[in-house]
Amino acid sequence: MQILKKAILTGIWFAVLTFPIMVVKVDHIEGKMVWRWENAGYIAIGAALLSLVWRYLLERKAMRRRQEELAIREPSLWNKILRDPKLIRTGLLILLLLMLILPALSSTYHINIIATALIYVVLALGLNIAVGLSGQLVLGYAAFYAVGAYAYGLANHYLGIGFWAMLPVGGIIAALAGILLGLPVLRLRGDYLAIVTLGFGEITRLIIQNWSSLTRGPGGISGIAKPGFFNFSMADVAVSSVYIYYITLALAILTIFVVDRLKHSRVGRAWQALREDEIASEAMGVDTMRTKLSAFALSSMWAGFAGVLMATKTTFINPNSFTFMESALILSMVVLGGMGSIWGVVLGAVAIILLPEYLRAFSEYRMLIFGAIMVAMMVFRPQGLIPPQFRRYEIPDYLKKKSAGTPEGAKEGN
Amino acid sequence: MHPVLQASGLSMVFGGLRAVNSVDLCVRDGEIVALIGPNGAGKTTFFNCITGIYTPTEGQIRLCRPKTHGGGNDSGTVLNGFRPSRITKLGMARTFQNIRLFPNMTVLENVMIGMHCRTRAGILGALFRPPSVRAEEKLVIEKSYSYLEAVGLQSLYSERARNLPYGDQRRLEIARALAAEPFMLLLDEPAAGMNPQETIALQELIRTLRSQYNLTVLLIEHDMGLVMSLSDRIYVMEYGTKIAEGTPMEIGHNPRVIKAYLGEDFNA
Amino acid sequence: MNSELQYFFELVFSGITKGSIYALIALGYTMVYGIIELINFAHGEIYMIGAFTGLIVAGLLGIFGFPLLGVLAIAVICAIIWCAAYGYTIEKVAYRPLRNAPRLSPLISAIGMSIFLQNYVQLAQTSDFLPFPQLIPDFEFLDSIAYIVSSTDVVIIVLSAVVMTALHCFIKYTNMGKAMRATAQNRKMAMLLGIDADSIISVTFVIGSALAAIGGVLIASRMGSIDAYIGFLAGMKAFTAAVLGGIGSIPGAMFGGLVLGCCENLAAGYISSDYADVFAFLILVLILTFRPSGIFGRAPVQKV
Repeated sequence: MQILKKAILTGIWFAVLTFPIMVVKVDHIEGKMVWRWENAGYIAIGAALLSLVWRYLLERKAMRRRQEELAIREPSLWNKILRDPKLIRTGLLILLLLMLILPALSSTYHINIIATALIYVVLALGLNIAVGLSGQLVLGYAAFYAVGAYAYGLANHYLGIGFWAMLPVGGIIAALAGILLGLPVLRLRGDYLAIVTLGFGEITRLIIQNWSSLTRGPGGISGIAKPGFFNFSMADVAVSSVYIYYITLALAILTIFVVDRLKHSRVGRAWQALREDEIASEAMGVDTMRTKLSAFALSSMWAGFAGVLMATKTTFINPNSFTFMESALILSMVVLGGMGSIWGVVLGAVAIILLPEYLRAFSEYRMLIFGAIMVAMMVFRPQGLIPPQFRRYEIPDYLKKKSAGTPEGAKEGN
Repeated sequence: MHPVLQASGLSMVFGGLRAVNSVDLCVRDGEIVALIGPNGAGKTTFFNCITGIYTPTEGQIRLCRPKTHGGGNDSGTVLNGFRPSRITKLGMARTFQNIRLFPNMTVLENVMIGMHCRTRAGILGALFRPPSVRAEEKLVIEKSYSYLEAVGLQSLYSERARNLPYGDQRRLEIARALAAEPFMLLLDEPAAGMNPQETIALQELIRTLRSQYNLTVLLIEHDMGLVMSLSDRIYVMEYGTKIAEGTPMEIGHNPRVIKAYLGEDFNA
Repeated sequence: MNSELQYFFELVFSGITKGSIYALIALGYTMVYGIIELINFAHGEIYMIGAFTGLIVAGLLGIFGFPLLGVLAIAVICAIIWCAAYGYTIEKVAYRPLRNAPRLSPLISAIGMSIFLQNYVQLAQTSDFLPFPQLIPDFEFLDSIAYIVSSTDVVIIVLSAVVMTALHCFIKYTNMGKAMRATAQNRKMAMLLGIDADSIISVTFVIGSALAAIGGVLIASRMGSIDAYIGFLAGMKAFTAAVLGGIGSIPGAMFGGLVLGCCENLAAGYISSDYADVFAFLILVLILTFRPSGIFGRAPVQKV
């Protein structure tokens, strides 16, 4: 009863709160006010129901935490699946095969959408190096993406350099931009760093927008060349879409491979230590400056690759593709999927690009829903859809046998 | 004996506050030295100065690798202005008063981070995994496991650090510091929050580790039982200044120390 | 007066006007940061919602033929009430459950909230520019200086000064203000002394949002049009102002706003107006990089 009363009060509160924005609409062309009283009702009912769900989820989270402390919680079915390496390997193999034969099964339209999703997979995994693995919140990631895209766009437009030459160069230029930004801001704490990168992102976009003599301003660069296949250029749209699809697929697989190797290496461990506790990792002998810089450089390098790829895929770039919202979109992929988790981030990127594409009715509400998801994820599931898995290191048996020989008391620290 | 760590005239000023005021301290090879004093006496600030987390306002810190660890006859390195990671690499590692583990990494990984400064694999090595990198990785795992054995945590190696009980977290910090292969180990209140049995076990552990790894130890501690039975010499700080130094026996009878600890009216 | 000098003063006065609005918004950032060390990313959207609420209320009142000053007063009051309610609600939904979470969690939540609010207003109203009525009347007695500073600007400067003085007195002399300062210094200690930190934090959000609402209505009335996206840029600039003055410091925010407004205007006036926003962001990046404690703030000692 108490709960119901609270829910109703919440409903009324939100109906009143959203009254001016939701109910009254300014129609400036006709010069009058439009009243939409029905909206107040929807909001009230929606908010009341949501508040019930909200409360239930908060309670469930608190209960789970208690259970975890008492260590009585069984891993859920979802977690069990995630921890079964055989199942995962088979699943991934099937997925890979599907991806490889996809162009034979589906139309150019779908191929293009999937290729876009794959570009975002690369972007999100790149951002994941900085945000998820090393804990450096970068809010201006779109700037590095823009650096890559414009590097190729300008080089192609003015100098006629092709895609394959510019793919590595674009990545390197973006990495240099990352180092350039990284050097002065290394000492900054998490949230300050976030704002500096945001400022840097906006500056980059504004410069691209205003330096019309070089970048052609807000109009952008069009007619960027598609990648060639040895010395043949691809004239047919369908064929070149398939070709680009395979290039993006290859780059996405390469990215997954590289990030996975890095994560489970000396460098990757240092990144994670940096994320966990900067002072402690510095005190344990990790050169935090170098570590941060390497994370920054690699992260922005991948944005550069993705930028070159995007420019060649769309053949047109303009500053509007690189706003703060773009950075926020990539960040929300990382957050939704699970910061630091490779497969989580892949899933996050694919979900965020594909869902609005195939649920056209929702595409208008896309950013609204992302915003809500970011808040809800932080409140209820900060670890993301697929939380990062822990590497179980194999301890050779001969080491274990030796320790089994020591008296039981050793375990108590005697 | 050879001095390993020497601080002379060390001061640290925050705004108008002299948290550490011209402190001299010397730790010789193989000693266990305790730094004691009431809360707020500046002990942890002193630690932070010598480990490079703060840059001291005045004074000099000198660290010298002892012969037992392959050091020469030189007078050591002046640490002023060095970053903490560089000091750790030179051979001085520490633990923290308010435990600072990497909570979301496993116990083994925590120790592996300690070995970071003793290993070399870079980004390209991580990508291509040549035999040298694979061998290094194997060595890191084996050695880290052996440090866990040294503190008795080997059975918990795949747990997440944040799930360990308090006492185990303290010992994990020690294992992580050992992994940096130091000759000088700094322990900041290692027994804080431990019960009497655990404290006694810790005392044994520190002794064992000293002989096993030829360590020189400087520790801050409030537990007087541990300090008195473990340390070779004791330094006492109050209000940022050193008020006494000597053997446990001498310190136990020093009237100034008794006054600082027990107040004016106490007649020993 | 020669025209060079007149141009300079025009730039300075409109800079001060802009700057006082930045200062009003910056106060919200700085107060929240002072208490819970969170960059409240959604604060710029509160300002935008304030402008929209003002527009809607003014539109409704316009039908009844209210006098201009009355419309302005009621629009400002309604904007204050609704924005305060938004601020309170946002804190409760998006930040309070994250009190003990890792540092970046509430920041990401705040970014999400900002995106949500921006799109909510855009979907519920429009994504186009809306004309905003001139709510601030022209005062005849100001005609004599109208060639350098407009009547609207004078009203904005005076009103902001009054509001900020009131805030200063509130923080300095009332019990609630003292409790806020205590919580900002040391939340745990304040709680031990019987201060309800949660309600203090709520009050901080409410006051910050109310100030942003005033800023929203005033600047909209000067600019003459608004859209759902004005919050982002204004928020960033206000945040720059807060950082410039030393985040967490209330006089710093006021000062930072004025300095930023003038710098931006002078740079736009003498160098290039295309790059006006670039200058603002450049100041933000440079200050954060080289003097993150701001002009007035003191460098914090890292606790180990």
